[in-house]
Amino acid sequence: MEFIEINNVFKVYKNGVSALADISLKISKGDFVFIIGQSGSGKSTLTKLLYREEKPNRGSVFVGGINVGKLRNGNVYKLRRKIGVVFQDFKLLPKLTVYENVAYPLESYGMTKSEIRERVKKALDRVHLKDKMRSYPNQLSGGEQQRVCIARAIVNEPKLIICDEPTGDLDPKMSKEIMDVIEEINKDLGSTIIMATHDKTIVDKMKKRVIYLKDGVLISDKKKGTYVEDESV
Amino acid sequence: MRAFRIIGRSIRDAFKSVFRNFSLSMASISCTAVTLIIVAVAILLTYNVNSITKDLKDALTIVVYVDRDASEDDIAKVKIDLENINNVDTDSVRYESKDDIKNELIKDEQFAELFNVFDTNPIDSRYIIRVKDVTKMADTASRIKEFASVTKVEYGESIVNRMLPMFDIVKNVSIIAVIALIVVTCFLIGNTIKITIFSRRQEINIMRLVGTSNAVIKLPFLIEGFFLGIIGAIIPILITIFGYTFLYEFMGGKLLIESMTLVQPDTIIYPTSLVILIIAGIVGMFGSLNAVRRYLKI
Repeated sequence: MEFIEINNVFKVYKNGVSALADISLKISKGDFVFIIGQSGSGKSTLTKLLYREEKPNRGSVFVGGINVGKLRNGNVYKLRRKIGVVFQDFKLLPKLTVYENVAYPLESYGMTKSEIRERVKKALDRVHLKDKMRSYPNQLSGGEQQRVCIARAIVNEPKLIICDEPTGDLDPKMSKEIMDVIEEINKDLGSTIIMATHDKTIVDKMKKRVIYLKDGVLISDKKKGTYVEDESV
Repeated sequence: MRAFRIIGRSIRDAFKSVFRNFSLSMASISCTAVTLIIVAVAILLTYNVNSITKDLKDALTIVVYVDRDASEDDIAKVKIDLENINNVDTDSVRYESKDDIKNELIKDEQFAELFNVFDTNPIDSRYIIRVKDVTKMADTASRIKEFASVTKVEYGESIVNRMLPMFDIVKNVSIIAVIALIVVTCFLIGNTIKITIFSRRQEINIMRLVGTSNAVIKLPFLIEGFFLGIIGAIIPILITIFGYTFLYEFMGGKLLIESMTLVQPDTIIYPTSLVILIIAGIVGMFGSLNAVRRYLKI
């Protein structure tokens, strides 16, 4: 079985909106995959299925051998500890410092103080934010906040990192910084990276596997793809 | 060890959160304080009303006059008969002989002169008794009237008939009022906490997304709710302890008339404070737990 297996997944929201229709795909360990498509194409829904923020109506989603859709509500946290998620809007706790934000997941797992300190410093070092440890999120630029979010996602050294439009709110220069960090993590830690984006520049430059969604349907899946805007491609 | 670390961190986070969300914490604390002050006042009032009505009830006696010419044996028999009536409080049966009463009265010179007019003692000996159930006082009195050597039975008929039903109404209404107030308080405090937590749903969501288990998410909120409740209870408790003691002393321990005595502060302020503290802690904890729970569903 592949690291991630999505089999004939359908997702219809309660308001009747059909987000995904009959999606099947496999992703191996250590892969770097872009999911592209316009707003409303189902990119975010697909990523949410992986970390069980949403459940499929039909079909199955396996992550590391776990049937995510069948996971009980009270056990979802076990899955999420194996996954790092990077959000477009960063989702940092505004009243915690950079250090505290990155340390938060580890603290809630009950790790020792020294272990936490070591891991947080390593993560912040990786995203080049060691000197901003005591700052609060509102004292940082957008790019810096996103790097804090990445540090929090990788602090537990997860096998899978899901990025939902991580550069959506950033200017090109900051976007590049973020992508460099993420690529480094993919290479150094061997984490599987799944990134939903509609940033053409990034996709074209990185030459990774590209999955193209349109209106919830998988249109193309290319090994070393570029950004596609036309469904006929 | 892991569990201890998590509990320790939850306590620390709860403390931090009270200060970091200061304005919301203050809202919860003041709401708790205001409602609990009302509850405290209601409890103190109810306790006093009940105590006063009980005192008044206890003060109600039946006076049983015994025939002036009754022999010692007859008088003794009346006592036995009285004690055989179920509703009579046997410990309360007190005998006052006609001579005792006379001796007491002639201490006053005017009465002394008055008694000189009579050759024999014109007073009837009497038994003064209390009953266990004042609502059955009229029945008990009429049964005593049937006794052989008894000439007359007196009890505060008008007071008993008019006031007793009123006492019961006052007592029931005040107890219902306190219970209703406690329920309203729980609802109010719970709602304020709900608003506090509503503004932090994003925080809860992030906790969930980074893999925090539901139990670990709930714990700091549970402790925080408990803290807020306890802090909110401080002013009501101070008012209970010092306010009531001051009022008691200011009023000289009684309400309007001598026989309506207020409950001693020592017997009432500490239990009331404890009740307030328990309500505050429990409502704080469960209010916040309940509010968090709704954001933990996926």
